[in-house]
Amino acid sequence: MIEHAAILIIVIPLLASFFNLLIGLWRKRLCYPFVVAALGLNVILSISVLNTVINSGTISYRLGGWAPPWGIEYVIDHLNAFILAIVSFISLIVAIYSKKSIEQELPGKTVYFYTIYLLLVTGLLGITVTGDVFNLFVFLEITSLAGYALIAIGRDKAPLASFNYVIMGTIGACFYLLGVGYLYIVTGSLNIADLAKLLPELYHSKVVLAAFAFFMVGVAIKIALFPLHVWLPDAYTYAPSTVSAFVASTMTKVGAYAMIRIMFTVFEPRFSIEMLPVTAILGWVAAAAMVYGCIMALAQTDLKRALSYILIAEVGYIVMGVSVANRAGFTGAVLHILNDAFMMACLFMVAGAVVYKTGSSNIQNLRGLHKKMPFTMAAFTIGAISMVGIPPTAGFFSKWYLILGAIAAQKWLFAVLFLLSSLAVAVVFFRIIQNVYFPPNESTPHPNPLPQGERGNMGGNPTIPPPLTGGGKGEGEIGLFSHEAPATMLIPIFIMTAGILLLGMFSGKIISSVIQFTVPGGF
Amino acid sequence: MEVLISVKPLLAVSVSLIAAFFIALTGERARNLREFWTISASVVKFGIVISMLQPILEGKVIEYTLLSITQGLELKFRVDALGIFFAITASFLWIITSFYSIGYVRSLNEHAQTRYFACFAIALSATMGVAFSANMFTTFLFYEIITLCTYPLVAHKETPEAIKGARRYITYLLGTSIAFQLLAVFMTYSAAGTLEFSNQGILNNVRGQVSDTFLIITFILFMAGITKAAMMPLHSWLPAAMVAPTPVSALLHAVAVVKTGVFVVVKIVLHIFGIDLLSQLGLGTALAYFASITIIVASIIALKQDNLKRRLAYSTISQLSYVILGVALLTPSGITGSIMHIVLHAFGKITLFFVAGAIYVAAHKTNISELDGIGKEMPFTMAAFTLGALSMIGIPPLGGFLSKWYIAIGSIEAQQLPILLVLASSTILNACYFLPIVYAAFFKSEQCQLLVSKETEHQQLPPTLTLTPSLKEAPALMVIPLVLTAIGALVLFFAPSVFLELARMVVAGVIN
Repeated sequence: MIEHAAILIIVIPLLASFFNLLIGLWRKRLCYPFVVAALGLNVILSISVLNTVINSGTISYRLGGWAPPWGIEYVIDHLNAFILAIVSFISLIVAIYSKKSIEQELPGKTVYFYTIYLLLVTGLLGITVTGDVFNLFVFLEITSLAGYALIAIGRDKAPLASFNYVIMGTIGACFYLLGVGYLYIVTGSLNIADLAKLLPELYHSKVVLAAFAFFMVGVAIKIALFPLHVWLPDAYTYAPSTVSAFVASTMTKVGAYAMIRIMFTVFEPRFSIEMLPVTAILGWVAAAAMVYGCIMALAQTDLKRALSYILIAEVGYIVMGVSVANRAGFTGAVLHILNDAFMMACLFMVAGAVVYKTGSSNIQNLRGLHKKMPFTMAAFTIGAISMVGIPPTAGFFSKWYLILGAIAAQKWLFAVLFLLSSLAVAVVFFRIIQNVYFPPNESTPHPNPLPQGERGNMGGNPTIPPPLTGGGKGEGEIGLFSHEAPATMLIPIFIMTAGILLLGMFSGKIISSVIQFTVPGGF
Repeated sequence: MEVLISVKPLLAVSVSLIAAFFIALTGERARNLREFWTISASVVKFGIVISMLQPILEGKVIEYTLLSITQGLELKFRVDALGIFFAITASFLWIITSFYSIGYVRSLNEHAQTRYFACFAIALSATMGVAFSANMFTTFLFYEIITLCTYPLVAHKETPEAIKGARRYITYLLGTSIAFQLLAVFMTYSAAGTLEFSNQGILNNVRGQVSDTFLIITFILFMAGITKAAMMPLHSWLPAAMVAPTPVSALLHAVAVVKTGVFVVVKIVLHIFGIDLLSQLGLGTALAYFASITIIVASIIALKQDNLKRRLAYSTISQLSYVILGVALLTPSGITGSIMHIVLHAFGKITLFFVAGAIYVAAHKTNISELDGIGKEMPFTMAAFTLGALSMIGIPPLGGFLSKWYIAIGSIEAQQLPILLVLASSTILNACYFLPIVYAAFFKSEQCQLLVSKETEHQQLPPTLTLTPSLKEAPALMVIPLVLTAIGALVLFFAPSVFLELARMVVAGVIN
């Protein structure tokens, strides 16, 4: 079975998606364990694939035995094995997390939710494993369509947000497809390895240049690179919590992977760096994204929205790392794909738990929440610290490489902007953390709680349940779990938090065993 | 230099971290057990630190690499003379502060005591981490941990004022460390390829490969980024942090946190830049004059503070810059004085803060103008205050004199005679803001009957130590520690040998 792992990674979630529907018609309750089991199997497979790649190098799998470039080929090297492991792991964790959240937010739609969720996973994994530009387009569309559907079932303005996303996403997909078409016209091939061989002679062809431009813009829309990000904040804010957690942590990362693939595998690094000033342009765009995302995040009153804007800045970090075109920067970018996936998943899951318990993700709702949800809020704090980039959390180590990369490329301005955006992120999070642990406007919770009458006119959001009394006597007397999120939500959050703490410690190991092999030649 | 590999530095760091875990686990249900963890951790920590003293005095260093994360980023401890010097000071004073803390929070019936003790323990862990760090990465890591875990302590009272103070605290400390210090760390690493402290200074070793402008910018970024040293103009977090409970102000904002700041400054001057490089660039002199401005201006501001703790805070700002001034002179005596001032100021200032807390607990007074005649009610406390104040001013036979003496000699060695003027005027200013308090406490007549009015407001006034009817001292758990630290300030004048020896070893290491 292991030699077919490359294709099984796609086939399992795809088939599970269909069977899930059938199972759902029969017994709704069985969907959840079925999905978790399928994705669990996928995680095992993708980790074994990663292991194989680490031990014996690139895997090439020919679909139906057709030899490339005629048949479709799946090529898994260190880079996509790494992304594969991240995506399948996060998909499993988010699936475990989804149970209660989906039951509350999407009552009666759980079966359809899981069906589309599995399709989304299929699409993301497909983009990652394939070694064929057209096949990549197909999976890109599967991803996008599933994404549109999942976002549209969210609350409030979700359908409108999803519609905006459809328009932008379709333009992106069109551009990408145009790029594929142009390359096919001049080379007659769709296989990435084959294209890499054929293209260098045609680098001066206008068609190839146009194709490259279409590729870049198309992918930039998909990863919400500033200024093509406008669809993202709305979509990720109004999507169901589970969906936000999954798409925020993986979709942009897979898009970034596709961008790296196109820039450095389909085209040679010298094309993206020297022949066209693509990396220089991307660098400035990324710098703008870092600044813009953080500043916008400062102005938000909704937690999920603030996180969405931070995500735009994080995409900027990754692209900036790629654009400086040196070993440290690229290492940082790939490492940040991993770290940011964990941080985003953690924070969006926390936001989801808050929505689950309080009904909305308004930052006001977090006020004094550490008394009721001490563990969730602790996880939030650790995620936030990592986002700011304070050691020993994971976020620091990818920033370390990213900034070293910027300095090595003599881009001092980027390094400074980077730190300033970290600073802005710190402000965003510490304002929230202060709100959580030391809520303003609330009088001192001293041993004698205020009389009821005075509590009433303290203002604030009417949806907040009255503060717990007895806080002055110490945290120990309240049942720690009595107001916490359910275990199916809390355990995934813990896993992500532990990941954030541990990944940092092991970043050296991750770099030496995987990431150093992903760096394109010539860096 | 002989290197011992030992796990002891890690133990010294982690013992209070483990204690914090047990403190949180025990919680409010068994207060005495919870306090037992604090006390035993502080004693064990001091024991471990002391057990490392002998090898250090024999000229060895103790190293332990906890984790080599990636190239250039290692979690590594190295105990050298400077590190053990700071560690002894902080861990010894933690024992005393622990007892004092217990007296303080119980007398005032403070809320969230578990959080208080747990954060306190973590802060001490991180302080040890800074003291024993072998490279700038480890220093930065623990520096940030100190900031994060003292934030709840500053916000402890949860009043709007406390929250505002805590916000300013974290904005200054975290903000500057990310914006300036981290950038300086990156610049250092990209220039030198390492962050490991070296006696010659790691940037000195790559002199010639980088421009002077680069070095100057790096130095300025470092100095701006280490806001814990409270150099003007980035000092205003320290007075704001005075909203914290007094034991926090005493140990953390007179010893652990702020001394971490000046300790890191000393490390950067000696081990990242190296005295040769700094004297060639003329940055030492610039830093010395910059520190001088802080010394004078902070003292002047202290003069007009009526709140006792705020006056002490400005005094701390001024005194911290002595440490920076001393090391910035880049001469043997200057560096000795600078290092000695870390411990001598610690004993004096912690006494003064303890006194402020004792007065607050016993008499509920925070302002200096209310202290007339308090010496008759609290003679032990105010006697200790007098000793502490005299040490601050630098009058023999109190510890504070020693460090000023060395710094004065250092300024002559460095041929910076204006510095002498700074020292002289600062001494006068110190006397101006401390002696009136002593005078008022002992010689002015008692004006207000404190207990009659206060007792009605605070139903349960803490149990007081009543030796004779006229004495209204704070509980013994508070008075004994402050008397001990005051005696400590006295003893250090007569027996500074161990500390002086350690300081000489540091100087011998960096000056060849």
